[in-house]
Amino acid sequence: MHLTVGPNQFFWKADAWSAFYDQMAAAPVERVVLGELVCSKRLPFYQDRIPGAIETLLEAGKEVAVTSLALVTLKRERKLTAELVEAGVEVEVNDLTMLAYLPKDVPFSVGPLVNVYNEGTLAWLADRGATRICLPPELPLESVTALAAEGAKRGVTVEVWGHGRLPLAISGRCYHARLHKRTKDNCQFACEDDPDGLTVRTLEDQPFLAMNGVQTLSDSCASMANQLEVLNKAGVNALRLSPQTGDFLGVCQAWRDRIDGRIDAAALSDRLETLSGGMRLSDGFLTGARGADWSRAKEGEVA
Amino acid sequence: MEIVCPAGTPASLRAAVKAGAHTVYCGFADETNARNFPGLNFDRDEMREGVKFAHDHGAKVLVAINTYPRAGAEAIWHRAVADAESSGADAVILADLGLLAYAAKHHPGLRRHLSVQAAAANADMLNFYASEFGVKRVVLPRVLSVPEIAAINAETEVETEVFVFGGLCVMAEGRCSLSSYATGLSPNMNGVCSPASHVEYHDDHGALSAKLGGFTIHKVGADEPAPYPTLCKGCFSAGDATGHLFEDPVSLNAEKLIPQLAKAGVTALKIEGRQRSRSYVAQVVRNFRAAVEAQAAGRPMPEGMLAQLTEGQAATAGAYKKTWR
Amino acid sequence: MHDHAVQLPVFPRLPAFALRGLPLTPIALALGAFARRMAARHPSMFKRLGDYGNLRFVLDPTDLPVTLLLEPRAGNPRLRLSRQPMQGDARIAGPLSGLLGMVHGAYDGDALFFSRDLVIEGDTAAVLALRNAIDDAELDLAAEAEAMSGPFAAQVRRLIQLAETRTGVALSRHEEGPLW
Repeated sequence: MHLTVGPNQFFWKADAWSAFYDQMAAAPVERVVLGELVCSKRLPFYQDRIPGAIETLLEAGKEVAVTSLALVTLKRERKLTAELVEAGVEVEVNDLTMLAYLPKDVPFSVGPLVNVYNEGTLAWLADRGATRICLPPELPLESVTALAAEGAKRGVTVEVWGHGRLPLAISGRCYHARLHKRTKDNCQFACEDDPDGLTVRTLEDQPFLAMNGVQTLSDSCASMANQLEVLNKAGVNALRLSPQTGDFLGVCQAWRDRIDGRIDAAALSDRLETLSGGMRLSDGFLTGARGADWSRAKEGEVA
Repeated sequence: MEIVCPAGTPASLRAAVKAGAHTVYCGFADETNARNFPGLNFDRDEMREGVKFAHDHGAKVLVAINTYPRAGAEAIWHRAVADAESSGADAVILADLGLLAYAAKHHPGLRRHLSVQAAAANADMLNFYASEFGVKRVVLPRVLSVPEIAAINAETEVETEVFVFGGLCVMAEGRCSLSSYATGLSPNMNGVCSPASHVEYHDDHGALSAKLGGFTIHKVGADEPAPYPTLCKGCFSAGDATGHLFEDPVSLNAEKLIPQLAKAGVTALKIEGRQRSRSYVAQVVRNFRAAVEAQAAGRPMPEGMLAQLTEGQAATAGAYKKTWR
Repeated sequence: MHDHAVQLPVFPRLPAFALRGLPLTPIALALGAFARRMAARHPSMFKRLGDYGNLRFVLDPTDLPVTLLLEPRAGNPRLRLSRQPMQGDARIAGPLSGLLGMVHGAYDGDALFFSRDLVIEGDTAAVLALRNAIDDAELDLAAEAEAMSGPFAAQVRRLIQLAETRTGVALSRHEEGPLW
């Protein structure tokens, strides 16, 4: 099982952003995807740092890809997306708009925000040049198994969401701006104050979701800690770890230790809970009754 | 402009056609369509009869097969496309890449529309679906403003259809798994959002609270309107704020924007609500048919009569006005 | 935009009061026959209900001193009437005019729910299935009652029309001809 560090979903200050990828050069992972996924307005703040980070990571022997934006509506965003073709590294398509610009002979990878739910879609993307697909986190194990088999048949590497707050929705509206009673055009970058997203609670004070600008995430941190054997057996090739603040190098190391058999599932989840500052874990999309569930939670307990 | 009207049952289809629908959209009674609700939709015979009734009255029928086929079970969706064609339907409304490719290859004579569930939000994407799969019309996601819609139409030959009334998604459609996070069932996979099977209401001396999959979505006092507990329209707290953080419990009413949408080059106006009753369908369709007739004749838009039908009894023009964002 | 545009008629107090003293058995018997007739004439309604047809629905007209228990039983329906509150898998409560108006397509169920004129408890999905099945069946309770009344049909029709005019309750199917 390989490890991929997914694109950072949040808005970090440029220095923190650079420091993170310097660290990732030393992380025990095979692949790093970077660039702006969620909001095009964030990009100018660290855009000039991207080429340097790519270089550092390539020098450290990592496979590197850049992500396309998750939702492309504005002219400026279409231009940004079209320009990715010239990035010099592989593009991870996270909105099909990217396919309108990619020449047909250029291989690409597909991110978790593209709807790949079945063999027919996987086959179509493979024919179009996809060599790697990170599946949508919503998929149950039966679908993951079928798609991993189809991927193997077509030479497509299949990756699954392994760790991190789940990207549940993307919108034209910015919820951070709405929370601060601003419009999206005058957001004043409110999302910068919440580098891991802002927890959304129910009226009974139960943590439920997290807002991150135009994106809505799970409050829980998804984790395949208890599912590694199941995913190996299904034929999944890689796990995606989604960046968060704190000791993310430690998160990568913990996963590497688990994959290499140095620690077991329970030890990994304990370490992840500590490293993520007590975040609740979930893996319900894969094997539970609902996404929020956690396979180790006691009966009746809300994961 | 063409008005495209919902029909959750054969009775609603007839009501919509009689009330003046140019086109009716509906789905089969299974997981292949995005309104897979209890007691709703059409079996194969009903679809054939519905299409005949519509055609006899000069109206068209579109069949929505707009969920994402389940891995290992694509045959169910393939059969739905074949049955839509043999029922005489005028087009199918699809979202999934694989299913579009399948329909283009095996049913080339069946007109293909792109569902809102595919969230094609710019002209490049519309043109991509047209060139790859021969898509003739795209239902635009509810994240665009009127000027953006006009800009899209200026750059594409593909027809566009936009929502003008009914339930409002605040998230990009087809790219949201909030519902399955809370309940295990999602629009993409199961054709349901915030499903009734996971809703619990508690009436406490007139105060009504609603839970979805065990998560409290809202509480309302005795005299307040009660919205359905749709997840993204719930009342939550974050930071110091408590309220409808994602969207108020409102529904879309763009009746007054019809002249602007016409000017923006929109071909068809879509009314949401296959889950609503035939009474609702008839009232809304009647109003919108009158509105487009007035628009075509250059008369002012008739005064809105639809307030009592909207969710929370409040309406918004949604993303069509840019400040919504 | 929060004005209640639909004002539901409330069942007049006097007949409601009279119902309190009336023996329920003959009414229950008539309702039973009525339910069986509906089942024979609208089989697709039960098909549409699917598995929800095995559940028990409490229908509670809040302006009448009685409650109904409907068991669709896959096409072999049973309707029971009681002055006591009854237990079921789902409960729909509201003014009789709202309940009947919904059956007859005069009102939209969702709209009545949003405005709090209808209260739903228990299995929400079952209520939805029942609402959709009934909506599709295009029932006309008055026409059915009239047809059941044999030689008294004309009198029954006059009675129903009178009651409709007096109370504003939709006792027969609400429909309009083609508009365009």
